[in-house]
Amino acid sequence: MLTKRIIPCLDIKDGRTVKGTNFVDLRDAGDPVELGALYAQEGADELVFLDITATVDDRKTLVNLVREVARHVNIPFTVGGGISSIQDVSALLNAGADKVSINSSAVRNPKLIDELALQFGSQCIIVAIDTRWVDGKDWVHTHGGRKITEIQTIPWAKEVENRGAGEILLTSMDADGTKAGFANVLTSTISSNSSIPIIASGGAGSMEHFYEVFTEGKADAGLAASIFHFKEIAILDLKNYLASKGIPMRI
Amino acid sequence: MDLNKKAKIGIVNYGSGNIFSISNIYKKGNIDFFISSEPKELVKASHLILPGVGAFDETMKTLNDSGLKVFLDEMVLGEKKPILGICVGMQLLAENSEEGNLQGFGWIKGKVRKFDESVFKQKPYLPHLGWNTVNIKQEHTILNQVDPEEGFYFLHSYYFDCQNTQDILSTTDYGISFASAVHHENVYGMQFHPEKSHQNGINIFYNFSQV
Repeated sequence: MLTKRIIPCLDIKDGRTVKGTNFVDLRDAGDPVELGALYAQEGADELVFLDITATVDDRKTLVNLVREVARHVNIPFTVGGGISSIQDVSALLNAGADKVSINSSAVRNPKLIDELALQFGSQCIIVAIDTRWVDGKDWVHTHGGRKITEIQTIPWAKEVENRGAGEILLTSMDADGTKAGFANVLTSTISSNSSIPIIASGGAGSMEHFYEVFTEGKADAGLAASIFHFKEIAILDLKNYLASKGIPMRI
Repeated sequence: MDLNKKAKIGIVNYGSGNIFSISNIYKKGNIDFFISSEPKELVKASHLILPGVGAFDETMKTLNDSGLKVFLDEMVLGEKKPILGICVGMQLLAENSEEGNLQGFGWIKGKVRKFDESVFKQKPYLPHLGWNTVNIKQEHTILNQVDPEEGFYFLHSYYFDCQNTQDILSTTDYGISFASAVHHENVYGMQFHPEKSHQNGINIFYNFSQV
C-alpha cells in the first residue's frame, strides 16, 4: 500500500541548519548532512533542504552540500531556495538532488514551471506556496512569507498544477511556528481540487496534528522542522502512532 | 552481510539516472565498481547495472545510437553476465512500451503499459510516487534481507506487464497488482529505486553483486 510521507525540513543558512519561528528568529540546529543521514536512519521518508540565504556566492556552497547529502543519504531529497532558472535546477539535479522546489520565481514568472517541467519532468518540480489569510482570503506570499502578492492561493494551486508542477508544498504562514496544528481546511480544499500530491507544512506541534492533516487535511505528506530538530517528536514514534491510528506508514 | 563472490560492477552511464547514489552505495560496501559509457571499459565488468530516468524512446535511442544496445545484447545473451535494470532501465528489458515506438531489449517477455487512471478511487493518481510495499512471489538471492513491509521508493507512470508469471519476483499494488521486480536467467529488473530506498535498497545492490 502506498504510504503517507513524513518529511523533515532542514532550513539551511551558510551551510548550517537553522529554524525560525514565523521565519524570523533563527536558531542553529546542526550540520545538515549529519542531520539528514540521522533522519533517514530514523525513518524519514524524504528530506527537504531549504536554502534561506541563497545569494549568488552561496549557490556553490549549496551545490557542494547537495553532493555531500547525495553521498550519505539514500532516501529522496528536495532542494529549494532561490532557484530561478533552468541552469540552477540542472546544477542541483546533477549534484544528486531528486527534486527541486521553486517559490518566488514561479510567482514572478509562472512560465518557469512549464519550462522546468518540460526540461526535467514534472516529477522533479515541486512548487512551494507560502500562504497567509488576509482580509478574509488566502493570499500567496513570497520572500520567505514577508511579501504579499495579488494572487489568491486556491486558484494559484490549480494553475501550478496545470503548468506541470509534480507536487505542491503548501506552507501556511498563519500556522507556521505556532505548533497549534496544520491549516487543515485550506490543505483539504487544495488537495481535493488537484490530482497531484500535497505536502502540508506549518504548524506541526504534536503527533495528533499529523493525524489530522492526513485525515481532515487530505494531505499526502506532512512536513515539519523544529519538532524534529529539537527532538520533541521522534520520527519512529510518530510513524508508529499514525500506523496505530490506521494511516498507511512505512515503518 | 556475507559477500563471498568477488564482483566488479559496471554502471552503464548513458546520461540517465541516479548514478552517483548507486556508486556511493558500492563505495560504502567496499564492492569494486566503475562508471562508464564505453563498451571497451564495460566489457571488464562481471555485473552490469542499467539505471534509468526519462522516457522509453529517448533512452532506447541513446543506447541504439551509441552502440551500447548491440554491446549489451552480446554481454547479456552471449556472455550471460548478470544485468540489473532500474526503473526505466527495467522497462527497457521488455519487448516494447506504450510510451514509445522503439523496440526494447526483449530479454524478458512482456510489454510496458501505462497505468489506467480510471481504476484509481482516490488521488493522487500518476505518477505512482512514494513508498510502497512489495509482495514477494519467489525467494531469490537478490531479495535476501529485504523487508517487504518496509518497501521501496517508487516513481513511475508505466509498469512492466510481464508475460510469464515465473519471471515475477515481486508485485506491488497500485490500482492494480503489477510486477515490481522481475528476473529471467541472468536478467534482473526493479521498477522501484533501490538507490533511494534506504536499507532495503542497499541490500539489493549488495545482493546483486552475489548473483
